[in-house]
Amino acid sequence: MPNMSKEKQPMPTQDAKARAKNYSEVALGYTTEQALDEAQRCLHCKHKPCVAGCPVAIDIPGFLKQTAEGDFEAAYQTIAQASSLPAVCGRVCPQETQCEQLCVRGIKGEPVAIGRLERFVADAHLASDSRAAEKPTPNGFKVAVIGSGPAGLTCAGRLARLGYAVTVFEALHLAGGVLVYGIPEFRLPKAIVQREIDGLRALGVEVQTNMVIGRVLSIDELLEQQGYSVVFIGSGAGLPRFMNIPGENLNGVYSANEFLTRVNLMKAYQDGCPTPIQQAKKVVVVGGGNVAMDAARCALRLNAEEVHIVYRRSLTELPARAEEVEHAEEEGVIFDLLCNPISIEGDENLNVKSITCVRMGLGEPDESGRRRPVVIPNSEFTIECDCVIMSIGTSPNPLIKATTEGLDTTRWGGIIADETTGQTSRPSVYAGGDAVTGAATVILAMGAGKAAAEAIHAQLSTQP
Amino acid sequence: MYPIVNKVELNPTVTRMDIYAPLIAAKAQPGQFVILRVDACGERIPLTVADTDPDKGLVTIIFQIVGATTALLNQKQAGESLPDFVGPLGLPTHTEGVKKVAVVGGGVGCAIAYPVAKKLHAQGAAVHTVIGFRENDLVILRDEFAAVSDELILMTDDGSAGQKGLVTQALQAQLDAGNDYDLVIAIGPLVMMKFVSALTKPYNIRTLVSMNSIMIDGTGMCGCCRLTVGGQTKFACVDGPDFDGHLVDFDESLARAGMYKEHEREAYCKLMKNEE
Repeated sequence: MPNMSKEKQPMPTQDAKARAKNYSEVALGYTTEQALDEAQRCLHCKHKPCVAGCPVAIDIPGFLKQTAEGDFEAAYQTIAQASSLPAVCGRVCPQETQCEQLCVRGIKGEPVAIGRLERFVADAHLASDSRAAEKPTPNGFKVAVIGSGPAGLTCAGRLARLGYAVTVFEALHLAGGVLVYGIPEFRLPKAIVQREIDGLRALGVEVQTNMVIGRVLSIDELLEQQGYSVVFIGSGAGLPRFMNIPGENLNGVYSANEFLTRVNLMKAYQDGCPTPIQQAKKVVVVGGGNVAMDAARCALRLNAEEVHIVYRRSLTELPARAEEVEHAEEEGVIFDLLCNPISIEGDENLNVKSITCVRMGLGEPDESGRRRPVVIPNSEFTIECDCVIMSIGTSPNPLIKATTEGLDTTRWGGIIADETTGQTSRPSVYAGGDAVTGAATVILAMGAGKAAAEAIHAQLSTQP
Repeated sequence: MYPIVNKVELNPTVTRMDIYAPLIAAKAQPGQFVILRVDACGERIPLTVADTDPDKGLVTIIFQIVGATTALLNQKQAGESLPDFVGPLGLPTHTEGVKKVAVVGGGVGCAIAYPVAKKLHAQGAAVHTVIGFRENDLVILRDEFAAVSDELILMTDDGSAGQKGLVTQALQAQLDAGNDYDLVIAIGPLVMMKFVSALTKPYNIRTLVSMNSIMIDGTGMCGCCRLTVGGQTKFACVDGPDFDGHLVDFDESLARAGMYKEHEREAYCKLMKNEE
């Protein structure tokens, strides 16, 4: 008999006031009792609507049943068949718009907390697992994976399990891509990312850091001189966008990428760390996505007295996950909705002193289906601040496109790749993740990495 | 790990190191740079490649001790290794078709100017080199420049070597003497590059400057190194580091270069204190 409680088990979290000053994980994870109780809320629908909402098609009712029975390791293995990074996805996936949105329990009450349970079983596995991974028998093919973010790691993991000799090339000094430079410690502890990467290494994946493909080696050199049969490009969307408004190059204006990289990858929040970061008093973050929430919450933790989010649409259109917005509000982030910056002003030393915005109203829906923000005339106002963080999106890095002949890209720089296989315009070159789609989610990138791995296997295993 | 094969102290504040990094040595062109870390929790700092020996797999860097990270780097000895050394980054200096060039180097910037002068000389261009230092003790690469220059003018602030004065005075004299350069390349402190650019502008001589902005990743990801060139925002790491000196907003770049001065001073003082 399923548990018919209309509400899901609440996620235990650190107290908002305390956590706004530390970098420990905000969400603490279910206890065993909570997990057993919540897993029993699944009705085991025959048509499994939730699975259709998962970009990597995890057998969700299957793992929930095993969880409800208390066999957490079996539940983990069920997830692991479809997903390479369960402990990561259980934390950062937008389940509310994917699996959980389609959950039948959500019609009259709250859906089953699939994401929280995924995290629970993944953590249970990490806590108990001490077996060395079995290295698969090599099949003789070498595959190069460019980028060690979610797309690259997923593609590498699946190919390694099939016996391919996989080398992952990472431009930075540490593997993990956006999981290490972008998403903060309090949302995704770096030890968890490291465990996932260690797991891939145990499978035989070689990770080469400090390798900027397109500069030190080209894709053609990887294929023709370095003996790789196939290249997968998962280089992400790392190029920050700016608004092109006056004052954007003043001291104190950061891209969210720079701010988060200094904090997360370069550990600027730790005492004694050599990485400099501005000790800002009043911070304005421009943008409404998860990255904007991350930047705002990091700024609070760096002891800013006041942190504002400036977003041009209303709360309904805010692209960040509801949970992130809630957490940010609880911690004290101030939301200035329906306003848009038009200029940033500096003092005589070219340091930021204020940002000027206009108020926006909402007009007819635009091509994205969201109501178009329109400027309200004569509504200018100024917010005093000493730091502005631009978090209005990123584009794919043009380096690989610029150094790879015959690799077709869209007008905005995304690599053109087949939606189901990741095949690009170049033979034996596949691509997936944000490098193709532009900035999206961890799980979509993983889905693309997984699909490409299968297509690569199909290509190489049928080669004469 | 990237082994330090040779280390030479060129003067009390400037050191040369040859790093074993064969893939980078095979690819790096004059004007390109590397990013390195001295230890596992250190800063990432950009340094322009001063020379390469592809046969031996060596990349030469020449750096001035200006803060904590360069001081730590200078403590490393031949035989030790650097954990991270990535490159070649940025675009090579465009030298194609240049017939007569003035290469202007200031201080440790001469380390970057040298490979450019060498390449231009090898291409058959007439190379006039003006290098400037504070005083005789700080002069570097004098013989190396002499070997690749048709004319070499050495300037010092105090006249303790070469002529007394600034590089701009020497360049002005060259122009007054009727030299018609089709390119001026200025590499050195921002202020020097600003004034060289201001000097050549009325003559309408194409002038390239090398912008050594603050960077983190060096691949276009953070935007920290951005500068304004002809009213447009550019990233020094991927669009440069060379830019048209007549279009660069030097005052903005000077302000941005000072962004972390306080932090840098504190870090350096702390390091020195720890060593006492």
